[in-house]
Amino acid sequence: MRGLIRKLKTLPIPTLREAVDFGRDTLLSIPRTPGNYLTAAILLLGGLVTILRFTIGIGGVTNLDDANPWGIWIAFDLLCGVALAAGGYTTSAACYLFGLKRYHGAVRPAILTAFLGYAFVVIALHFDVGQPWRLVYPIFLSQGTTSVLFEVGLCVFIYLCVLFTEWTPAAFEWLDGRFAWFDGFINWRKIRNFVVRLTIPLTILGVILSTMHQSSLGALFLTSPGKLHPLWYSSFLPVFFFVSSMFAGLSMVIFEGGLAHAGLHDKMDQAHLDSSHEVAFGFAKAASFIMAGYFCMRIFDLAMSNNWAYLATGYGILYLVELFGFVIFPCFLFAMGSREKKLWLVRFGAVMAILGIVLNRFIVCLIAFNWQLPSDERYFPSIMEVIVSVFIVTCIVTAYRLICHFLPILHEHPDYKDAH
Amino acid sequence: MEPTTFSSLQDFMLHSKTITYVLMGGGLVGLACFWYFLCGRDKDIKRF
Repeated sequence: MRGLIRKLKTLPIPTLREAVDFGRDTLLSIPRTPGNYLTAAILLLGGLVTILRFTIGIGGVTNLDDANPWGIWIAFDLLCGVALAAGGYTTSAACYLFGLKRYHGAVRPAILTAFLGYAFVVIALHFDVGQPWRLVYPIFLSQGTTSVLFEVGLCVFIYLCVLFTEWTPAAFEWLDGRFAWFDGFINWRKIRNFVVRLTIPLTILGVILSTMHQSSLGALFLTSPGKLHPLWYSSFLPVFFFVSSMFAGLSMVIFEGGLAHAGLHDKMDQAHLDSSHEVAFGFAKAASFIMAGYFCMRIFDLAMSNNWAYLATGYGILYLVELFGFVIFPCFLFAMGSREKKLWLVRFGAVMAILGIVLNRFIVCLIAFNWQLPSDERYFPSIMEVIVSVFIVTCIVTAYRLICHFLPILHEHPDYKDAH
Repeated sequence: MEPTTFSSLQDFMLHSKTITYVLMGGGLVGLACFWYFLCGRDKDIKRF
């Protein structure tokens, strides 16, 4: 301990001037592209709305009221965020549990996307709850063990810790030998190797937790059979939410792989580039089959509840558009793309599948919810709610780009090649 | 489309379950065919 203190005393401590100069130089080194200007504008606008939200309160920035207690912050930021972050457990399960090692290159980007997705779901929840400082109460102070929402909260909390742990090897590889401060008293390689040894148990835990909370998010709506339209209300809602999260996660990995190729091509090594097409075609095949099964289950449910008559109504048309336009159509695109090895078809299918998931969650949470209320009492989001949601997505993309810029996510660290 | 009226729960269950079981049979066959379509161009089909 004395040696450590002596070492810390000898370390050069940067002055305030040096720290300011470092910050200014870092900001000035960001390329001035239209995309970066747009990102800066959204972050600035989102920051202003965030200040408004936490000063004038939730009622001042949203159109929520007693009849509509939740809006797009729950539908988009939470339900879509959790579903689209499912790529983490699907990819790591495929690679580590099913032994499909050819998808190894997709694991780290998928884990990072899932980790950022869940982290920002929790951040977005702070905007949505009336007393955000009480968000930790259900975990540490007052456990409502009979509540489905408690199960969702607990699973998300534990899964976020699991995803963080699964992501840390990349951070440890980056830290190893980078800072002289840690030399001699922290062995990053040893810690990294220890965490890597935990991969299989963490993956199993991740799959269990995801199965539980993805389905529980659907189970939340089982408490309101009179409020949700009969075409979407089903006792199988938990199953639908879980199964749809599987192809949502796979589609998200394909979509994110396409974006990474466009924006972070220089950060990818040859092994990653070589495996990326195989990942896209393999995941498209899996997503296509799962979507076909999901479509069948939705039709079986329609038949079981004998809700055919509702198909001739306005909600029925929405149901058919969702099912044929955003489930069967992307399923067909995935099938043709993976069969004919056409990458653009697979990527187009991924976009359609993601839009389908967003549409489904919006319908269940907002559009078909409170469907019997007169239209003037229905909810429509305010512009500030939309700004916050766009702000959250921009934060995720910015954080992803920043982490991929520094950490070995899209490439192998030169000192750790084949060390997996 | 006029909704079908049922005089008893048994009538309803008989009606809806009959349709569902027929659809399930079709779905199972359809999914098997779809799997063959998906894997039709795969080079290394493992046969056990």
